[in-house]
Amino acid sequence: MLREYRGHEVTVNDEGFMTDPTQWTPEIGEGIAEEIGVRLTPDHWKVITFCREDAAREGQPPGLRRISKLAGVGTKELYALFPKGPGKLAARVAGLPKPHGCV
Amino acid sequence: MTTATLDAPAPPVTPMARAPIEHIAIICSKGTLDMAYPGLILANAARMSGIDATLFFTFWGLDIVTKKTVDHLHVPTVGNPSMHIPTMLGGLPGMESLATTMMQKEMVKLDIPPVHELLEILSDSGAHLYACRMAMDMFKRTKDDLVPQVEDVISAMDFFDKAAGAQVLFI
Repeated sequence: MLREYRGHEVTVNDEGFMTDPTQWTPEIGEGIAEEIGVRLTPDHWKVITFCREDAAREGQPPGLRRISKLAGVGTKELYALFPKGPGKLAARVAGLPKPHGCV
Repeated sequence: MTTATLDAPAPPVTPMARAPIEHIAIICSKGTLDMAYPGLILANAARMSGIDATLFFTFWGLDIVTKKTVDHLHVPTVGNPSMHIPTMLGGLPGMESLATTMMQKEMVKLDIPPVHELLEILSDSGAHLYACRMAMDMFKRTKDDLVPQVEDVISAMDFFDKAAGAQVLFI
């Protein structure tokens, strides 16, 4: 289905995850964050940028343990940045699919 | 019931159509490695999805959160049909360590953390960990014997108070 963020139309699945990461722009990321009630700070961007870079390298979005280990943002901090569930929401704001991993 | 009703297409079920789970309370009652992970991983997946998680460690499950045993949980090779080896062989010396080492190696490949680290992750994620008072008394353990992530030693009745509104899972 189509959804509009900040005047840009993107395709999303029924859980709200973008289906084509190449459509993503930081502006769209801000729009998605607004939708889930998160105001993006530099720390959020550190996570989002890592997720996008890692997904481009690995072919799949990183799990939380990977983010905390490699992006240098601790577990507690990740939950403070995305209180409603960093496992899903970091990937969603970054325009990536829902991660498969459980850690 | 009329034919028309039977032929009517089922209403579409979307993930959002049902009330989402908001809180999960998991009772961990087993102390083997293969029974420790399901509860911990499920609780972690819940927290990653923004679902509250409460864990209650009781009976053998206390081993999961006991300092002396947390890094020494074993995969049982006797009385475990999923091992697909004859029970007699499973009882031979060294079999249990072998199976445990093999499982731990697979875990590392999948980037699944060891139990003590998973407990830290859970605690940092805001999950609540409790030990069962009765089981603690039975095994003669004190709060000092437990990993620091366990918030408190509580009774089963306290657990149900803390599990208010939760889906309860027994493992």
